[in-house]
Amino acid sequence: MMDVLMDVKSALFYAFSAVLLFAAFRVITARNPVHAALYLVLAFFQASGVWMLLQAEFLSIALVLVYVGAVMVLFLFVVMMLDINIDSIRQGFWKHFPLAATMGAVIALELAAVLLGGFRVSEPHKPAATQLVMPAAVSAQAPADTASMAVEAASAALQTASQPAADVGHVVVAQVSNTKELGVLLYTQYLYPVQVAALILLVALIAAIALTLRARKDSKYQNPSDQVRVKARDRVTVVKMAAVKPPVAPAAEEEKSA
Amino acid sequence: MSITLGHYLTLGAILFALSVTGIFLNRKNLIVLLMAIELMLLAVNMNFVAFSHYLGDLNGQIFVFFILTVAAAESAIGLAILVQLFRNKSSINVDELNTLKG
Repeated sequence: MMDVLMDVKSALFYAFSAVLLFAAFRVITARNPVHAALYLVLAFFQASGVWMLLQAEFLSIALVLVYVGAVMVLFLFVVMMLDINIDSIRQGFWKHFPLAATMGAVIALELAAVLLGGFRVSEPHKPAATQLVMPAAVSAQAPADTASMAVEAASAALQTASQPAADVGHVVVAQVSNTKELGVLLYTQYLYPVQVAALILLVALIAAIALTLRARKDSKYQNPSDQVRVKARDRVTVVKMAAVKPPVAPAAEEEKSA
Repeated sequence: MSITLGHYLTLGAILFALSVTGIFLNRKNLIVLLMAIELMLLAVNMNFVAFSHYLGDLNGQIFVFFILTVAAAESAIGLAILVQLFRNKSSINVDELNTLKG
């Protein structure tokens, strides 16, 4: 049974990897940038599958949502907005090809030689129990860290969350999901980095808008700053006048009565 | 034969090498260059997730989370610059971007 499971996992790994590498190859060789973007979407989906095999469920879903849902749609919109002449951007493609292929092959072979020889860590080498316990151990020691960080509410919730895992140890640990573990770690130990990340996203948002915003000269628009800053005396001028009747009053009165 | 950590790292290495090749190949096309950079980041994230799984340390996945954040910000700003560049020069050829050289 275990062997069949391993075989299925291996087959899935090889299938995902093959499609991933093919898609990556097509990304860098496709003539049309739209095709390259679509192949990149395929590559992200395959990578998400590989991460699913690695039991990183939250990240694999986040990869699909963030990359395929947001970044790649952005890429496609930009490709559509630019009016690119495909033939002109393909010039020099084959001229650079030998150098590029050599570089790529050398890098891949070197890395593969080091990695395949050096990292024969497979799952059977580790007892399955300890491997599953590791995240639970991390979360169990997290309350101690948070106590010093004065995040009382979070650590109280955390204690209740990690209590069953810490108590039962090897037995129930598998029930704690990857997402929950990540969330616990993210909002206690990595609370400040999360806020810095939020700040980075805000800066990127403002920068992207400020870079692409183009004010048309001929369009009429309100200036909110001026609107807020306006004073009553700028709008209405009260003119002091003497309260006397003008000399032409009789003629005007006659006309009115007539 | 079961899948070892080396398999995942090799996958990441091949992906990284492919995207380096892509950067060399698409010298004229800035948008495919950006896509190749996204692929590089994916390869690096693959290594992080693989190590995180095989060493049983969740901090690697947290790191991937932050890399995803920064990569999203980077591609948003990069594409905004690209759009602005195309408005000004009507071209996304890297070789024509020599204004700063004087």
